[in-house]
Amino acid sequence: MTTSSVVISALQVTLVLAGAPLLTGLMRQVRARLEGRAGGGVLQPWRDVRKLLRKARLDPEGTGPAFRTAPLIGVAAAIMAAAAIPLAATGTALGSGADLIAVIGLLTLASAMLALAGLDTATAFGGMGASREMTITALAEPTILMAVFALSTRIGSTDLPAIVTAGITDGARLASPASLLAAVALAVVVLAETGRLPVDNPATHLELTMVHEAMVLEYSGPDLALVELGASMRLAVLLGLWASLFAPWGIATTAGAAAVVLGAGVFAAKLALLGAALAAGEVFTAKLRLFRVPELLAGSFLLAVLAVTASFFLN
Amino acid sequence: MNPVALGLAVASAAGALAVAAALLAPARVRVALVGVLTAVLGAAGMAAGGAALAGHIFTAHVSQLLPLAGVYLAVDALSGVFLSVGGAVVLAASVYGIGYFRHSGHNGHSGGNGRAIQVLWPVFAFSLVLVPAAASVSTLLVAWELMAVSSLLLVVSEHRRSAQVRSAGVWYAVMTHLGLVTILIGLVWLASAARTETFAGIAAAAPGISPVVRGGVFVLVLAGFGSKAGMVPLHAWLPRAHPEAPSPASALMSAAMVNLGVYGLVRVGLDLLGGGSRWWWLLVLLLGSLSAVYGILQASVANDLKRLLAYSTVENLGLILVGVGAAGVFKDSGFPVLAALALAAALLHTMTHAAFKTLLFLGAGSVLHATGTRDLDDLGGLRARMPVTTGLFALGALGAAALPGGAGFPSEWLLLQSLIHGLVVPGVTVVVLLPVAVGAIALSAGLAVAAFVKALGTGFLAKSRTPAAEHAHEPPPAMLAGMGLAALACAGFALVPGLVGPLLGRAVAAAGLGGAGADQAAGRLSALGSTLSPLLVVGGALLLVVLLRVLMRLVARGPRRAAPLWDCGAGPLTPRMEYTATSFAEPLQRVFDNVLAPESDLDVTAYTESAYLVERVAYSRAVPDRVEHRLYTPVIGAVRRAGTASRALANGSVHRYLGYGFASVIVLLLVLAAAQ
Repeated sequence: MTTSSVVISALQVTLVLAGAPLLTGLMRQVRARLEGRAGGGVLQPWRDVRKLLRKARLDPEGTGPAFRTAPLIGVAAAIMAAAAIPLAATGTALGSGADLIAVIGLLTLASAMLALAGLDTATAFGGMGASREMTITALAEPTILMAVFALSTRIGSTDLPAIVTAGITDGARLASPASLLAAVALAVVVLAETGRLPVDNPATHLELTMVHEAMVLEYSGPDLALVELGASMRLAVLLGLWASLFAPWGIATTAGAAAVVLGAGVFAAKLALLGAALAAGEVFTAKLRLFRVPELLAGSFLLAVLAVTASFFLN
Repeated sequence: MNPVALGLAVASAAGALAVAAALLAPARVRVALVGVLTAVLGAAGMAAGGAALAGHIFTAHVSQLLPLAGVYLAVDALSGVFLSVGGAVVLAASVYGIGYFRHSGHNGHSGGNGRAIQVLWPVFAFSLVLVPAAASVSTLLVAWELMAVSSLLLVVSEHRRSAQVRSAGVWYAVMTHLGLVTILIGLVWLASAARTETFAGIAAAAPGISPVVRGGVFVLVLAGFGSKAGMVPLHAWLPRAHPEAPSPASALMSAAMVNLGVYGLVRVGLDLLGGGSRWWWLLVLLLGSLSAVYGILQASVANDLKRLLAYSTVENLGLILVGVGAAGVFKDSGFPVLAALALAAALLHTMTHAAFKTLLFLGAGSVLHATGTRDLDDLGGLRARMPVTTGLFALGALGAAALPGGAGFPSEWLLLQSLIHGLVVPGVTVVVLLPVAVGAIALSAGLAVAAFVKALGTGFLAKSRTPAAEHAHEPPPAMLAGMGLAALACAGFALVPGLVGPLLGRAVAAAGLGGAGADQAAGRLSALGSTLSPLLVVGGALLLVVLLRVLMRLVARGPRRAAPLWDCGAGPLTPRMEYTATSFAEPLQRVFDNVLAPESDLDVTAYTESAYLVERVAYSRAVPDRVEHRLYTPVIGAVRRAGTASRALANGSVHRYLGYGFASVIVLLLVLAAAQ
């Protein structure tokens, strides 16, 4: 762990921490404009966080440590992921801890904790959200691991910096069938894991269709602020991961200050672009019925399996 | 004196003393005495295994013990893995048993402090130490049968409780003995082909044995050892027998005994037969993948806590078999380093699985002890009454879900790593099967998260659903201590798995993957601590949680205060409105409807006055084991029909029976004459 790697990781964490709510704000704003509304502005999620942090801390009756720790773990996992994934530069501080499987595991751990918190409330909403979230996670995680596998077989490592560096030095690799199939598969899973349309509707308030919102229904005040922050950081991190894996251009491979700053700028631009595209796409998409979601995820799993098979055969 | 020999001697002495204590000591001190002595047995076994892993090798031949052949014992590093795992599980479960058996008379039956259980307990524990130390066919078979019979008697020890226990006992008895028969035929065939029954002699003679014999032997021992390891489709006994045994015995069976199936397969397949053909190991790989997915799928829809854990054992043993199969494939394709890595992953997963499964089964035992039920739908809210048990179970569940911070994570990670490098292996079947195996691991990892969130969330969190769960209490200190030992092992594997790297390197070399490959793999394994640094990731995340917590306390205004739950304005919420384990698993069950084929029954009773006024609605749902349903029912039916049909042969006439005997002798003589 060198000084420069710590600085890079700190920069990435700061970027994600400060930028994630802005990304959510941007996506809401794009959506609002496309739907002919004025929108609350890009800064609205930060204003919400500020408002929530000023409120009193409430413990819904009968909830325990799982309920109180889950929001903290959500944010902590996202911070660790932001520190590990090469978002702006490849030389992150966690070194070989920046393992793709470990990062995915951490993010899964955060959603499992949130599901436990939902169950802990002992309300039907909490249980319903937790049950649905876990069903989606259980089907999404295999796709992620398969896509990881497809990307790792040629490099012979699940080390994220190694995968990203290979993508930068050998651009043709990104256009290979394995990589393209894995990109589509991972994109579907990122949508599912971050609770975006068509899997879950982040703007819904109709109980029976909710997944994430039902699970966190009992959170209020500062706890809710952390849950919201964690969710938007998760979105930023997963979009960033996708961008780093399939569009690694601009990521600094050296520890020079100029390269890293440029990398950070490119990362922010990539996120904004992806977020805007996602929001624009959502305007034209309806939410899937809950029991059609597994079909979508099974489709992405199939693509991931094809990606692995392609990476085996075409080598 | 050789430390392995010393450990084994202490273990035998402690076992003999424990049996004597169980028979002679008064009921007051019996449980404590047997528990302590069996714990010593376990610790000695663990020490012997540890010494073997540290490089000490031990062989012995005691000619007086068994007639004709005598007892051959040998402990190398491969045996050492299973010896130390078995010993450690025995240690934790015996400490736990001191509390459990003394107090297990909660539902009116005589508890576990009776002589029978107390004699069986050290015998079963000793057999777990003996099997990996056996070094000849007859010694192995005797130890194996000792293990089977003692565990069978422990399973049926609570036979008065319910008919389920008796049925589980019958299933277990039949399947374990069919397994013994296939192992017996396989090993005797091997021994006769090798013209010796010691393992060292067989290993030396194996290259000269014809491939047909070797293939036949392998298939036979795969059936026998695989059935012990819960390999689908020979797993049917496991989810029946493991839940019905007393909980410490469940832990021994699920965390230690099933491993010996893997040991047998590795010892015979890789060590004695020296690898063999590629199709053997592709078969193991395929069956392992199938077990992993099928096991965890059944676990994720199971309501019975111990049944869920038993199916999770099927899953984890499937993962271990995937590692073993991959090791065999890599070895036969000429990639010794990869083979060593895959086998090391399988052995590491054996260790981590033993750690978290012991913890989970002991935790389930504490729940059963406190509430009298294993049904997750009737539990809930245990967190308030049993905070320590809940915390420890959560640690075990984290391990079983293979998430960072859990014991299962490093081993599954290593398994995936070894498969990722399998790209270099040529051959179409490998190219098709390896991605299938990875897909199976991936799918089982995802479903394991759902299954253990369900177990923890509906069983321990939320509100109590029944008075029994409401009046739960923490178990006695001995039980907590047993769980604590297992939790310590879990935490060790989760944070510093690299420590066992060099030991695994030696074990892999002992499994017939010797030479440069093993050395190189051992080097890589000792670097495991640095390539995979869960300590950094987990420690960093924990530190962040603490920091955030402090920060939130500084930012927030005023202390936390209680607030009512949102009840939609419809009055207070009752536990009946909670999500149960059944409802939690419903979406998954619906997704995998075609695989699981659940049976549900809706019974609506209307009032006699009007068909539109419903008096009562009864709904029941069961997810039968489909493999068992489809595969075993026809076989059992056919056997029964054959039995009925053959009854016509026995009509009670003595003349006819004498005729049968005479005819058999004639036929036998003719066959012998023809064969000469």
